[in-house]
Amino acid sequence: MTTPGKPSASQFIVIGERTNITGSPRFAKAVKAGDWTAAIAIARQQVESGANLIDVNVDEALIDGEATMVKFLNLMASEPSIARVPVMLDSSKWSVLEAGLKCLQGKGIVNSISLKDGEGEFLRRARLLRRYGAAAVVMAFDEKGQAADRDSKVAICTRAYRLLVDRAAFPPEDIVFDPNILTVGTGIEEHSNYAVDFIEATRLIKEQLPHAKVSGGVSNVSFSFRGNNPVREAMHAAFLYHAIRAGLDMAIVNAGMLGVYEEIPGDLLERVEDVLLNRRADATERLVAFAEQVRAREAGAKEGGGAAAARAEADAWRSGSVEERLAHAMVRGIDTHVEADTEEARQDAARYPRPLNVIEGPLMAAMRVVGDLFGAGKMFLPQVVKSARVMKKAVAHLTPFMEEEKRLRAAAGTASRPNGRIVMATVKGDVHDIGKNIVGVVLACNNYEVTDLGVMVPCEKILAKAREIGADAIGLSGLITPSLDEMVHVAREMRREGFTIPLLIGGATTSAAHTAVRIAPEYPHGVIHVLDASRVVNVVSSLFSEGEKPGFLADVRARQERQREDFAKRRSSRPLLPIAEARARRRVFDWAAVDIPRPAFFGARSFSAVPLEAIAPYIDWGPFFSAWELHGRYPDILSDPVVGVEATKLFADAQALLARIGAEKRYTANAVVGFWPCNSAGDDIEIYADESRTRVLAVCHTLRQQLEKPAGQFDDALADYVAPRDSGRIDYIGGFAVTAGIGVDAFAAELRAAKDDYSAIMAQALGDRLAEAMAEMFHKRARDFCGFGLAENLTPEDLIRERYRGVRPAPGYPACPDHTAKPILFELLGATAATGITLTESCAMHPASSVSGWYFNHPEAKYFGVGKLGSDQVADYAGRKGWDMTVAEKWLGPWLDYDPARPAET
Amino acid sequence: MFLAKRLPLCFAPRDPSMSAATNEPESFAPFRSLLASRVAVLDGAMGTMIQARGLEEADFRGSRFGDHPCDLKGDNDLLCLTRPDVVGEIHAAYLAAGADIVETNTFNSTSISQADYRASGLVAEINTAAAAIALRAARAAEAASPGRRCLVAGAIGPTSRTLSLSPDVNRPDFRAVTWDELVAAYGEQARALVEGGVDALLVETIFDTLNAKAALFAIEDLFDALGRRVPVMVSVTITDASGRTLSGQTIEAFYASIAHTRPFSVGINCALGGRAMRPYVEELAKIAACPVTCFPNAGLPNAFGEYEESPAAMASVLGEYAANGWVNMVGGCCGSTPAHIAAIAAAVRGKAPRAVPAEAHRLRLSGLEPLIIG
Repeated sequence: MTTPGKPSASQFIVIGERTNITGSPRFAKAVKAGDWTAAIAIARQQVESGANLIDVNVDEALIDGEATMVKFLNLMASEPSIARVPVMLDSSKWSVLEAGLKCLQGKGIVNSISLKDGEGEFLRRARLLRRYGAAAVVMAFDEKGQAADRDSKVAICTRAYRLLVDRAAFPPEDIVFDPNILTVGTGIEEHSNYAVDFIEATRLIKEQLPHAKVSGGVSNVSFSFRGNNPVREAMHAAFLYHAIRAGLDMAIVNAGMLGVYEEIPGDLLERVEDVLLNRRADATERLVAFAEQVRAREAGAKEGGGAAAARAEADAWRSGSVEERLAHAMVRGIDTHVEADTEEARQDAARYPRPLNVIEGPLMAAMRVVGDLFGAGKMFLPQVVKSARVMKKAVAHLTPFMEEEKRLRAAAGTASRPNGRIVMATVKGDVHDIGKNIVGVVLACNNYEVTDLGVMVPCEKILAKAREIGADAIGLSGLITPSLDEMVHVAREMRREGFTIPLLIGGATTSAAHTAVRIAPEYPHGVIHVLDASRVVNVVSSLFSEGEKPGFLADVRARQERQREDFAKRRSSRPLLPIAEARARRRVFDWAAVDIPRPAFFGARSFSAVPLEAIAPYIDWGPFFSAWELHGRYPDILSDPVVGVEATKLFADAQALLARIGAEKRYTANAVVGFWPCNSAGDDIEIYADESRTRVLAVCHTLRQQLEKPAGQFDDALADYVAPRDSGRIDYIGGFAVTAGIGVDAFAAELRAAKDDYSAIMAQALGDRLAEAMAEMFHKRARDFCGFGLAENLTPEDLIRERYRGVRPAPGYPACPDHTAKPILFELLGATAATGITLTESCAMHPASSVSGWYFNHPEAKYFGVGKLGSDQVADYAGRKGWDMTVAEKWLGPWLDYDPARPAET
Repeated sequence: MFLAKRLPLCFAPRDPSMSAATNEPESFAPFRSLLASRVAVLDGAMGTMIQARGLEEADFRGSRFGDHPCDLKGDNDLLCLTRPDVVGEIHAAYLAAGADIVETNTFNSTSISQADYRASGLVAEINTAAAAIALRAARAAEAASPGRRCLVAGAIGPTSRTLSLSPDVNRPDFRAVTWDELVAAYGEQARALVEGGVDALLVETIFDTLNAKAALFAIEDLFDALGRRVPVMVSVTITDASGRTLSGQTIEAFYASIAHTRPFSVGINCALGGRAMRPYVEELAKIAACPVTCFPNAGLPNAFGEYEESPAAMASVLGEYAANGWVNMVGGCCGSTPAHIAAIAAAVRGKAPRAVPAEAHRLRLSGLEPLIIG
C-alpha cells in the first residue's frame, strides 16, 4: 500500500486546461463565436489526450457566464466520450459556479473558494458545495491576499482546513488545496524561490492535513518563457516531477502537451532544475541564454504551426506498418487508403507470397479484432458494417490477382477452404431481407462463404443449392407470419430429403419459442434460432467445430425442450373462452349516439409520385435504429451512453442518403385511399357499393379475442367498431395501400455492386421508414376527408405517437392477423393498378416497402392484439370464409391455441 | 493508526444541521436498531398489487373527483385519497407477509409527475394521506404481534423528467426541467411526507443521478427548515446489462455522486431483476460506507409485460446476496407480491447483515465513470 500523502506518479491526476477561456485562445474564440462544435471538440481532444478531469472556465467580460456555463456543460453531457470524466467548474464568479453545479450529475470539483471574502462567506459557500455534492479547490488566499512563501501557504491552508472540517462538516477528502504556483525565472530576486515554496508547502500540507489533496495550475510556473514551448514543456515536466514526489495529487495542464521528465535533454534539464529548485543565483540568466538557442533550433525544425501539427496528429496512424494501417482502417471503418495499403501488402512478396495471404493474414486479423470488439459490445453494428465495407474493398482489390493466380496455378489447386459454407434465403412468399443481409455481411466478414439466394425463394431451390455447393448450414429468414409456416415446411423437407446439416432461423417474427415449439420437432439435426446478427458468428462457429458441435446442439435441444414445456404450461394455464362467450363479452356502443363521419368521396382515389419531401416529416425514426440492432428510444438513443455515438453517426448517414434519394429521385411513392359504406354483421363487416346498401362489394371477416379478461374489460374484434345493420345507421370503412418501395431494390443492388453494403442496407431501411411515414401521412389525409381530421392540431410527434381519433389496422398484424384480407382490400382499392404493389402467394406485398390496411373512424377505436384462437373460432371463421379447416389453420397457424395435428379435446 | 486517532476529530458535528454516524438524532434509532441485528425486509410492488385489483376510472375518481377534467385511471397515488382502503389493505398484506418497512404509495406524488393528471395541486394532500395510511397499517401490524416494530418509508420517485438528458435530439443542450423546479417539487413532497410522520425517506428508482441530487438537495434544505431529520435511503436503477443508469453512470460513479449526503443506506432497485443485478450489488457492497439495499423486480417483463419470476426464484437470489454478506435490507419492486416478500423474508432470516465498512476517506469524483483519488 502507498503511504498517504505520497501518491505515485501513476496515480497523478491530469486536469485538462484547454477548455479554459482565459488560457486557451482557440476555446475563447469558439465560445465567443458560438461555435459549440469546435468548443466541444477541444474538450474531446483533452479527454482523448488523457485528461482525467476537465477544467471548464468561461469567464469573459462580454459573455453571459451563467448561461454559457450551462449550455457548454449540457452539451458536454450529451457526449459520452467526454462526459465520462468529472468536471472541474472554474470561475471567479460564485453565480457561475452555482449554475454549473446544477448541471452535473457526477461529482465534480469547484475551482475555487477561499478566505478572500472572509470566514462567513467561505463557510456559507462550503456548506452549499456540500449540499450540491462537489469537492472544492481551496486557494491559499485570505483576507490579506495571496500566500507566496511556504509558511504563509501552509498557515492559510491549515486555517481553511479547520474551518471546513470543524465548522462546515466538510469531508477532508473533498478538500483540494491550491497553494498557488507562481512564476519563476522573472529576473526578480523575490520570485526565485516560488517553485520551492510550492513544493515544500505541498509536502507539509499532505503531512499535516489528513486526507486533503493538493493541486495547482502548472503553466503559471513557466510564464516568463512564453513563446518558447520546448523550454516551457521541460519546465512543466521537471516541476511536476518534483511536486508529485512531494505529494501533488493533480494539476491543471495541457493534457496534449505533457513532456516526459526522462526525455528532457540533460543540458536543458540541468538549467531548468537550477531555476525551479533555486540552486544558483545565475540560474535564470543561464536558462534564458540556453532558451534562446533552443528556440533558434526549434524554429528551424518546426514549421507550419498548430494546424499542421493537428493534421499530423490526425494522420499519425498513416505512419504505422502496413498491417497496423490495415487494422486501423478496418476498426475505424476508413476506406480512403485501403486499396493502396492492400496493394502495398500484396507487393511485399516476402511476407505475403500470395494475394490470399493478405486476406488470411492482416485483413482477417483485423476483422477478428472487429468481431471481438463487436462481441464485447465495444463496437456497434453500423461500425461493423463499415468495417466490412473496408474489407470488401480490400478483397475486391485482391480478387483480380487471385483470379490470375488461379489461372496460372490451375494444376496445383491450392484453394483455401473457408470456415464454412452457408446458404441463406428469405423464404417463399416473403420479401423482407434487411436482417438477412446484415447477417450475411457479418458472416462473410468472418470468412464464411455465404450464398444468398435472395427473397421469395422456394424450398426446392434452397435445398438444391445447399446440396450443389455442399453447404454446412442453411439459414432462413422471414418477417411476416406466414413465413413461419414456410420455415416449418422447409424443416420437414430437409428431414424428408435426408439432410443432416443444421438449420438457422431468424427474422422479426421468428422467436426462440416458435422455433422450439413448431420448427425444431420437424428436423432432428439442429434447428437454432438466431436472435440477431451479433449472435450469428458464435452460433455458426460452434456448429462448424467438430469438438463443440455436440455440446452446443445438446444445449440448444435442452433449452428448446424447456421452452416447449413452458409453452405447454402457459397454454394450459390460460384457457380461452368459447367463441360464443367471447362474443357475449364484446364491447357494445350506443349506436344512436356515436358520431359517424361521412367521407368526402366513395370508391378509391389514387395519388402517384408523392414527393419524398412531403413524406419525410412523418418518419418515425425509432424502428430505424432497431433495424440496425441499436436499441433505445429515438431521440434519446442519440445521447445514449452506450450506443449514442454510433446512433448519431447512423442518423447522420441516413439523413445524407435520404437527401440523395430525394435529389436523384430514386424512389417512387404511390398511394391509394378509398371509402365505402358498411355495416357489421356479427364478426363480419359488409362493405357496400353505395349508401343504398343493396349490393355487397366485399366482406371483411374479423377475428375476436378469446382470452378471459377481468370484469369490465372486453373481448374485442374490429367489427365491434362498425355500426351493425340493425342499428339503423350507415357506417363507413376506409382502406389504403401505399408504397415508397419502387426503386428501392434497384438502388440497393446498385450500391451493393459498388461494394457498399452499408448504404445498401440503409437504402432498404429508409424505404421501409418512408412507407410507414406515407401510411401516417395518408391516414392524416383520410381523417381530413372524413371531416374530423380538419379540427386536429397535431405535431409530427403527436402523429407518430398516434394521438388522434381512429386506427388503421393492417391485415397480418395483431388486430386482424389473417393476411388473406389483403387480396380483398387490394381488389376494393384497385391497389395493384394504382400503386404498382403486387401480392405474393403468401400475401406479402412487393416491393417490401409498402403498407396497406383498413381505416376505422370510431371515436373509441384502438389497436389490440387478437391473441390466441380456439378451434371453435377457427372452424367458425373457416365457415364464413368458405374454407376447409386445414386452409384456415394454415393461414392462422401462429395464432392457434392448439396443435392442429392433435385437436384440443374440448 | 495515525489516521484512526485523528478521524473522530474531523467529524465532530458542531454544525447543527449535520449528523454523524457517532451522534445521530433520536429519529434514527428505530432504523438503526432494526438494521443492527439482521437483514431488514422492505415491502414489494404497490403498482402491481393495485393493477391486480382491476380498479376502474370510477374508483380513481371516487366521489370527490367526479368531474375532474381528465382521466385519472392509472394515477395510483391518487388512490390514497379516493380508495385509502385499497392502499391500506396492500400495506397490511405486505406487513403480514413479513415486511419490516412499507413504502408510502407516493412514487409519483410530485407536482411534476402529477401534472400528467392535472393533479399537481393535490400533492401535499396525497403525501400526507399516504403517510397516514401507511402508519395506520404499521401500527395495526404492531398491535397484532406485540413486540414487533414496523416502519414507514416515504417513497420519492424519479419524476417523469430527466435533468441530464435532452428529450430533443436537435437541441442536445435543451432540458425539459430545471434544477430549481425539481428542488421545489421534491421539497414539497418531502415536507408533506416528513410532516405526515414517516420514519424515513426513500429516494428510489433513480435513473438520472442529477434528479436524485436535486431531491437530496431539497431534502437537506427541508431538514434545515424543520430543524430535524429522518434517515434518507437512496436507491438507483441500473437500466441495462452494461451496468449503467439511464443517464449513463456506472454504479461506482453513481455512489460518488450521492455519497456527500451520507445517506442512511444506498442500494439498487427495479429494472433488471435480481439475478442480473448481481455484479452491481456486489460492487456496491464493496464500496458503500453505509447499509446496502436491494429490491429488484420479479425478473424481467416478458413479451406480454408480465413479471414471471416466482417467489422462490426471487428469494433464492436475494438469499444468496444475504449469505454473501452483501446486503442489509431486501425487498421487491415491480411484479413482486406479498408471496414474494414472504419468501424473501424467509430466505434472509437468520443470515447476518452486511458489516458496514468504515469510511475510507478517498476523494470520489465522477462523470459517467468514477475517478477515485487517494
